[in-house]
Amino acid sequence: MAAPTLDDWQQMYHALWRIRLFEAQVQRLAAAGEVPGFPHLSTGQEAVAVGVCAHLSREDVLFTSHRGHGHVLAKGSDLQATFAEILGRRDGLCRGRGGSMHLVDAANGVLGATGVVGGNLALAAGAAWAAQVKGKRSISVVFFGDGATGAGAFHETINLAVLWRLPVLFVCENNGYAEFTSREEHSNVTQVSSFAAPYAMPTKTIDGNDLPTVYAAAREAIEGRRRREGPYLLECMTYRMAGHYVGDAQQYRSKEELAAVREKCPIERMKRHLLERGVAQDKLDAIAERAKNEVQQAVERARAARRPDAATVLDHVYSSPSLNAIPG
Amino acid sequence: MEQTFIDILRRALDEELARDASVHLLGEDVATGGAFGVTRGLAQKFGAQRVRNTPISEAAITGLATGAALCGLKPVLEIMFIDFATLAMDCLVNQTAKYRYMSGGQLAVPLVVRTQAGAAGGAAAQHSQSLEAWFIHVPGLVVVAPSSPAEAYGLLKSAIRLGDPVLFIEHKRLYAMKEALADSAALPPIGKARIARAGKDVTLIAYSAMVHGALDAAENLARAGISAEVIDLRTLVPLDMATIAASVTKTHRVLIAHEAVRNGGVGAEIAARIGTELFDELDAPVLRVGCPFAPIPFAPELERALLPGSADIVRAVRQLLGSAA
Repeated sequence: MAAPTLDDWQQMYHALWRIRLFEAQVQRLAAAGEVPGFPHLSTGQEAVAVGVCAHLSREDVLFTSHRGHGHVLAKGSDLQATFAEILGRRDGLCRGRGGSMHLVDAANGVLGATGVVGGNLALAAGAAWAAQVKGKRSISVVFFGDGATGAGAFHETINLAVLWRLPVLFVCENNGYAEFTSREEHSNVTQVSSFAAPYAMPTKTIDGNDLPTVYAAAREAIEGRRRREGPYLLECMTYRMAGHYVGDAQQYRSKEELAAVREKCPIERMKRHLLERGVAQDKLDAIAERAKNEVQQAVERARAARRPDAATVLDHVYSSPSLNAIPG
Repeated sequence: MEQTFIDILRRALDEELARDASVHLLGEDVATGGAFGVTRGLAQKFGAQRVRNTPISEAAITGLATGAALCGLKPVLEIMFIDFATLAMDCLVNQTAKYRYMSGGQLAVPLVVRTQAGAAGGAAAQHSQSLEAWFIHVPGLVVVAPSSPAEAYGLLKSAIRLGDPVLFIEHKRLYAMKEALADSAALPPIGKARIARAGKDVTLIAYSAMVHGALDAAENLARAGISAEVIDLRTLVPLDMATIAASVTKTHRVLIAHEAVRNGGVGAEIAARIGTELFDELDAPVLRVGCPFAPIPFAPELERALLPGSADIVRAVRQLLGSAA
C-alpha cells in the first residue's frame, strides 16, 4: 500500500476535527438538556479512531465501547443519522432505541457499541469467526478502554481468539482512567500489552495521540489480520481530555494535570506535523472551518428530525410481532 | 423406530447441519460428542469447522456465538448445564437478547443455546437447577422446554430456523426416554402449546419433564373419576395464553406445576395472568406446585424429598376440587 499523500493527511486532519466538533455539540446539547441519558466523550482520543479506521472498508466490522462516537464517525457513518440517534430520534441509526452507548450502523459495518465495559470483545471475535468460516477477507476490530482488561471476558476472549487464529484486531485505548480512578488503582499491570504475552499474541504499545504513529501501526496490524495471522493487540496510549461522562466535575484530577492537556491534544500535534510539512495555517484553519460547518449542519438537521412514535415502542423485540406474546 | 431423547436431538442437529451451511455447533466437548453424547459423530461427518470444541469460557463462547450470529451464521451453542449459564448472563441478557431492539431492527441474533437442566441422580446443588424463570424475564429471548424426544426434535429444528435467540432447555431426566417420530410430522411453531391429555374438570399446566408428572397425576385422578386436562406449554416465551384460556374456560380450575423453585417461578407469571385475564372463569384459586425454597440436595433421600412430582399434583388437585365443593 502506498504511503499517504499530504492530501490524505489533510483528510485525516479533517476527520479529527469532525469528531472533536461533533462531540463538542454533544456536550453543548447535553448541558442544555437536549440529550437523553449520559453520553461519554472521546475528546483527546480522536487519533486512535481516525488512524485505525483509515484502513477499514465497509465490509470490515467494528465494535466499540460506551466511548464510541469517534470510532463510528471515523468508520464513515453519517453525521446526521449518528447525531439523531444520540438525540433519540426516529431517523437515528437505531430509530431512537440505542442512543449514545448503543450505536449500530450495520450497513457501514458498525456492529455496535456497548454500555457494558468489555461486553462485546467476544462478539468481535465471533464476527471474525464468521468471516473466517465464510472465507472472507474482511476483519473485525474492537475498541475498548484499559478498564475492560479487568473483566474476565477480556482474558477468555483473547485466549479463544489466539486459539482459533481469528482475524480480530483488539485496540485498547489506554487513556489512564477507568471511569473515575486511575490505572494504578485498578491493576499492577501497567501496560495492557503485557496481557498478550502468555497467549503469544502479537502486540505493540504506541503513542495513541500521534496520528501518523497510529496510522502506521494500525496498517501493519490490519495487514497481518488480512493475511490471516490470527489476532493482534494494539495498545494506544492516549489521554481522556474530557470527564468520564458529560457533567463529570473531575475532582480526581489536579490543576497541573488539566493544564498539560493541551500539550497532549492529538489535533494540535497533527497540526504541527502538517505545518512542518509546509501546509499553510490558512489551509488548516479552512479544514477546521469546513468540519465545523458540516457538523453544525448535521446537528441542526438532527435536532429538527422527527421524534419516535410511541406506538412503535414494541417493534423490533422479536423477528415477528406474533412472538411478542408477553404484553409490556 | 423408537429413539432416545439424546439420539433424536442428534438427528435434528444432523439434519439441520446438512440442510443449512450456516448452522454451526459449538461448546465444551461438542466435537468429542458432548458431555451427554448428543453431538457424537457430528464432527466426523461435518468437519471440525462446523462442530467445534471450545475452552471452558462460557462468557466468551456465548459472545462469540452471538457475534457470529450477527454476521449471518446460525450457531447452536451448548452450555453443558444451565447452572453454568450464570457465567454467560451478561452476554445473554445485555447483548444477545437486546441486539435486535437496540439496533432498531438492523441486526438479528439467530442463535440457539442448548442447555440441560433439572435434578437427577445426585447431581446436587450446582448441576441440577431449573433456572428458566430468569430467562423469561428478559425481553428478546425465546425460551423452549420440550417434554419428550419427538417434541424436542421438532422444537429444536423450529428454534434453529426462527431467527431469534432461543434458550432451549433439555431436562436430564428425559435423556433416556424413547419415542418414535411420526412419519411426516410438520414442525411445531414456536409459541404454540399442546394438549397432552384432554379433560374437563381441571387444567394442569406443565412443561419439560413435569409434563410426565402431570400426565401421571391425571391418570391417577381418572381412577377417582376426576378428568384432568394436561397442557404441555412447550415454549415459556412466547406463552400460549390462548390455549390456556380455552382450557380454563372449560374446566374453571387450574394448577401449574414445575420442577423449578415455586417462589418467583414461571408458574407465578402464569397464575398472575390467569388471575387478570380469566378471573371470571375461575371457580377456585390458581394453585402452584414447585420446588420448596431450598437448593437441590445431594443424598438421594433428600433429593427425592425435595423434588415435586405427581403425588404433589394429585394432592393439590384434591385441594382445588375440595375448595370448590
